[in-house]
Amino acid sequence: MTKPVAEELIGRGQADGKRLFNEWFSGLTSSADEGNQAAYVFVMGSLVELLRTFDLQVVFPEINSLQTAVRKVSDEYLSLAEDHGFSPDVCGYVKADYALQLRGGEHPMGTIPPPAVAVYTNACNTYIKWAEIWERMYGIPIFTLDVPGSRCAPGVALSGTDLESDLKYVEYQLRELIELLEEVTGRTFDIDRLRGVLDVTNQMGRSWRRLLEINRETPAVYDSMMEGTIFLGVVNALRGTPEGAMYFANLVEEMEYKLEHGITPHGNEPEKHRLIFVGVPCYPIFRRFYHLFSDWGGTFVGSTYLWFASGGLNLDFEYDLNRPVESLAEGLMLGVRSAVDSMLFQDRALIETIDAYGADGVVYHPIKSCRTVSTGLADSRRVVLEERDVLCLYIESDMMDKRVVSEAQMKNRIDAFFEGLDSRKIRLGAGTRGVGLSTADVAPSGAASS
Amino acid sequence: MPYAAGVDVGSTQTKAVVVDDAGAIAGRALIDTGANVVRAAEKAFSLALDDAGLEEYEVGFVIGTGYGRYKVEFGDAQMTEIVCHARGAAVMFPGTQTVLDMGGQDTKAIRIRPGGDVIDFCMNDKCAAGTGRFLQSAAAALDLELADLGPTALRGQRPVSISTTCTVFAESEVLSWLARGKRIEDILLGVHRSIGSRSFGLLRRVGIENEVTFTGGVTRNEAMVEVMNDLLGTELNVSEESHYMGALGAALFALERVPHRDGSREPAPTHAAATEPAS
Repeated sequence: MTKPVAEELIGRGQADGKRLFNEWFSGLTSSADEGNQAAYVFVMGSLVELLRTFDLQVVFPEINSLQTAVRKVSDEYLSLAEDHGFSPDVCGYVKADYALQLRGGEHPMGTIPPPAVAVYTNACNTYIKWAEIWERMYGIPIFTLDVPGSRCAPGVALSGTDLESDLKYVEYQLRELIELLEEVTGRTFDIDRLRGVLDVTNQMGRSWRRLLEINRETPAVYDSMMEGTIFLGVVNALRGTPEGAMYFANLVEEMEYKLEHGITPHGNEPEKHRLIFVGVPCYPIFRRFYHLFSDWGGTFVGSTYLWFASGGLNLDFEYDLNRPVESLAEGLMLGVRSAVDSMLFQDRALIETIDAYGADGVVYHPIKSCRTVSTGLADSRRVVLEERDVLCLYIESDMMDKRVVSEAQMKNRIDAFFEGLDSRKIRLGAGTRGVGLSTADVAPSGAASS
Repeated sequence: MPYAAGVDVGSTQTKAVVVDDAGAIAGRALIDTGANVVRAAEKAFSLALDDAGLEEYEVGFVIGTGYGRYKVEFGDAQMTEIVCHARGAAVMFPGTQTVLDMGGQDTKAIRIRPGGDVIDFCMNDKCAAGTGRFLQSAAAALDLELADLGPTALRGQRPVSISTTCTVFAESEVLSWLARGKRIEDILLGVHRSIGSRSFGLLRRVGIENEVTFTGGVTRNEAMVEVMNDLLGTELNVSEESHYMGALGAALFALERVPHRDGSREPAPTHAAATEPAS
């Protein structure tokens, strides 16, 4: 078989990703039109494999909401929810979804079907209150899957009786959920179908991990915030589907080709600054936000978003097809624990990532909407600065609400960050650690201490 | 002899500094920014040239800084005021490890290496509480000139507590203290302490290492210097040039980029640290 030529390969992942995502929304619209049953789920602990087994149309309200921001209409949705009494401080995802329900599923990319059931974990406390809104609006069954926390630092794996008890607890809840899904859909659970879907997810997981691994190389071949966000949308929406598995196999092929030929996300421009992104992107100005970094030659070689929002696919775990339900419980527990730990113990994971990816700087982007992912970032930054000679930038805005996106202030900080990175490179390049740009020939004038 | 210049276009005032080839200040100027930012930059530069007794062609490189840096249309490059204040402070006070820059609309805490390389920085976000604007609001509420705030506050003995985090609401809070019969001196000392505690919080976020150099327009306010000295438990570095520190830093960066030692103006050289990113 001849290898596809470069022109066919480069950019294929972005183009196919956009096409698949558009098709995904078309599928949602068809489901809404045809009155198919939809299951509402969240990206952390989505359990799509189980839901697909019951032929439920999976809906990700978080993705719907963020797309209103990307499409620059989130303010309409947020205002409508606030007119109904929601505080400006409430999560923008929740408010956009609430308004979307009030508007009969009307979305800039199609129509979102209403829920027949909602399934979620305690990975985020807001998930629970959010689902209660649908329960009240539609009178649907909602199912909270309580995943026990890790109760120890990352790397200290829970073992023995504690681990067994935790797994049994999750598995028991999964079996309860299966009964509920049988009731909602009128279908009988088919374990072989679940086995098949898990097999496909295993394939996707291998590709996803390879994708994350590839950017450890220099130069990086994709930007984890810009392109990575497209990949993330597909990995969630098409999880457990043959189309999804094929997409990521192709994507790995493209990225390996780029790696082999030293092709960076900026085309022929050489790689300048290797950065790690922490948090959720600023969707209301997504492209401009990206350019605030890329114009300076910054590449996000890694992003915590691609860990905690990938439904555990970043972890070195594969479902055991010989015991699908037990293994699904294990994968769910590991995935949710990892997502929560990536917030609580982020500094350790970041330091490992800085080393593994050879990063020059870390960009923290706390968001007004989500205190859960934002609260610990200031501490994380302090630890990273103490332990590694990298620069850290801390810029606050939101992933939905453009009222708190102050672009001029953000640009000022980002410019200063890159000036510092450039200056640091000069210092390290000159081998003059601890000395900044040359000042030897500059004399102070009129200096006086008060 | 080549000269270089820095023009710091701030939200409230525009500062320009011309330095000679030794980095010594040859001329300076300070004007209100007003509505026409381009004009303010040109005027400040022109006045600084007059102060130095120079013609424009004698200045080999000009760097614009501050929020209006991209409006310094005659400039050769732009840099943020963060690195410029750091550089100015490091040269003016070589022992500087921490810089506090208090300007009209924002306050910055900056940790630096010897020489002025920025390690970390932190700024007030989306709110002008803890900045010069907060003082302007208080001055307006009390019908005082800005220059009188410091001396009046220094006469305060029992400072009131200003709890609001909003500059606009601060005006109402000041009026409510007046209505309750508090002395203007005590109210103003309270206002200064409120700003000081916010700035102290920013400094703590980047980590306070001695020496701390105070820069920006608010350095001219003696009460603010005293409040910060008190909070930090040490004497801040302050000089008569502190208000010009951003422009001075920009001028010093510009001096390194003067393309010809005869001082003639040439297109800006490619220097990643100094130039605006190509988009």
